[in-house]
Amino acid sequence: MGIFDKVLIANRGEIARRIIRTCNRLGIQTVAIYSDADADAPFVKEATEAVCIGESQAKKSYLDIEKVINAAKETKANAIHPGYGFLSENPSFVNRCEEEGIVFIGPTAEVMKLMGSKLESRIQMHAAGIPVVPGSEKDLETVDEALEVAENIGYPLMLKASAGGGGIGMKLVQNSDELKNAFNTTKQQAISFFGDGAVFLEKWITEPRHIEVQIAADTHGNAVHLFERECSVQRRHQKVVEESPSPLLDEALREKLVSTALLGVERIGYTNLGTMEFIFDGDQNFYFLEMNTRLQVEHPITEEVTGTDLVEWQLRIAAGEPLPAQQDQIKKNGHSIECRLYAEDPNTYFPSPGTIKHLALPEKDVRLDFGIIEGSVVSPYYDPMIGKIIVHDTDRQAAIIKMKQALEQIKVEGIVTNLPLLERIMDTEQFTSGNYTTNFLTEVSTV
Amino acid sequence: MMSESTKVLAAIPGMFYRKPSPEEDVYLNEGDKVEVGDIIGLIEVMKTFYEIKAEKAGILESFLTEHETMVDAGQELAILTEQSE
Repeated sequence: MGIFDKVLIANRGEIARRIIRTCNRLGIQTVAIYSDADADAPFVKEATEAVCIGESQAKKSYLDIEKVINAAKETKANAIHPGYGFLSENPSFVNRCEEEGIVFIGPTAEVMKLMGSKLESRIQMHAAGIPVVPGSEKDLETVDEALEVAENIGYPLMLKASAGGGGIGMKLVQNSDELKNAFNTTKQQAISFFGDGAVFLEKWITEPRHIEVQIAADTHGNAVHLFERECSVQRRHQKVVEESPSPLLDEALREKLVSTALLGVERIGYTNLGTMEFIFDGDQNFYFLEMNTRLQVEHPITEEVTGTDLVEWQLRIAAGEPLPAQQDQIKKNGHSIECRLYAEDPNTYFPSPGTIKHLALPEKDVRLDFGIIEGSVVSPYYDPMIGKIIVHDTDRQAAIIKMKQALEQIKVEGIVTNLPLLERIMDTEQFTSGNYTTNFLTEVSTV
Repeated sequence: MMSESTKVLAAIPGMFYRKPSPEEDVYLNEGDKVEVGDIIGLIEVMKTFYEIKAEKAGILESFLTEHETMVDAGQELAILTEQSE
C-alpha cells in the first residue's frame, strides 16, 4: 500500500498549513475543512479542496465529529490528519473513522483512551517500571480517603482530575484543611468539565522542569525516540518557548530519560507519533507526567535537530509502512528554539482578537510556521497562538542570537501580541544560562 | 425607597454564556437578587473564560443578551436595578 491519495485535515491555522506542505511534497491531495470565521484563512486557499463545515463556534464545526466524517466521505478522503487540539485526542472520533473505513492518522482508539486518563496512564506506567510522581494509586472517593493518602505522602500536594488538562481541574493543597476545602469542588469541577469525577493526589514538585520525549512507533513492532524537548517556559500551563536539546541533560541522563520513555511506549503497544511528558525535580529525578497521543505544537524543533519531517512519519506509519529510520540512524545535530507568538497581552495574557493590519517577518535564517498573513482576522473563537518562530544553529548560544535577530525583524500591527515578552525572555540571564524552571515566566513577568 | 438601573456591560468581545457549563443551570434568572461579586455570566474569548461579576447589589431585572451569543466589547448584557432605602 502506498501513502494516501487524499488526506482531510481536521484542523485549522498554522498546523493545517504545516500538514498541507508535507502532503504537497509527497503528491498527496488535501482537503481543508473550515468554519465561517475561517473562510478567508490561508490554509483554506492552500488545500487542494475545501469544505465549509459550519458555524464559527468550534463545537459547531471543528469539534463536530459527524460533520468532519461527512466532509471526508463527500470528498472521498482516504485518511484524516487531526493535527493537535480539537478532535486529535478523542477516541470516539477514532472509532467513527474506523467504522467508515477512513484511516485516522494517529494511535488506536484503545491506546488513546488509556493515555487520556491521567490516573490510568499513571497506573500503567508505574507497572512498566517507570517512575511516576509519588501519589495515590487509585481514584479517591471520599475526603477521608484523600486525607489518609495525603498523610502518607506529605504536603504540599496537587489534587488532580484524572480527565483534566490545560490546568483545569488542578488544585494545590498545602495542608489538610486546604485539602478538605478543595476536595469536593475539584471533584465537582471534574464532573462538570470532563464528565468524569475521578480525582487523585500527587506530590507537588516546587521547582519543576518540564521535559518531554518525542517517540515514534510503527505497526510492525518498531519504536524509536527522537530525543527530548525542554518545555519549562510556560505561562498558566501553556508553553511559550521550547528548545531541543534540553540544557539540563547530560548524555547519561538523556539516555536514561529516552530509554524510560521507550519502555512506556512498548508497554502499551503504542503506534504513530507520541510525546511522553516528564517532570524533573531539583535533584534531577524525573517522573512520568502524561502522554500526548498526537503531533505536538513544538514538533518543529525536533525536526530541525534530527533533520526529519514528522508529518511525513505520521503519514507513512498510518499507511502501514515501517518507520522511516532506525534508532542508530537518528542523530541530533545542533540546537533549535521555538517561540510561540500569541495574540495576547505580554503582561496580563489578556487575549487580543482583531485584524492584522501589517505583518513584517524575517526572510532568512528562520523557519516560520504561521497561521495568518497580513490582512488576516484573528477571531475570538479559537486559540490565541498565531504563529511559531523556529531557529536552528550549531549550538545553543548561536541559536539564541539567531532567535533574537528573527524577533527583532517581526512587526505585527492591529492586534496586541506577546512579542515583547519573547524578546525579554531571550535577554534574561536565566534563559541564556539554561538554568530555569516552570516558575521562570512568573518571575520574568513580575519584574 | 428609590431604585436606579445600571447596565452590565461586556468588558471584552467573545461568546456570552449564562451557565457555568452546558449541563448546569443558569447563574441567575431574571428577578433574582444579586450581591456585589456575584457571577452574572461568562465570556469566552480564545479558549479563555472571563467571569462577568456584579459591581453593585440589586435585582437582576432582565437580560439583554441571550445565552450563547457573540458580543462586542461594551455590549449591554443585562439590567441591574439597585435598591436603596
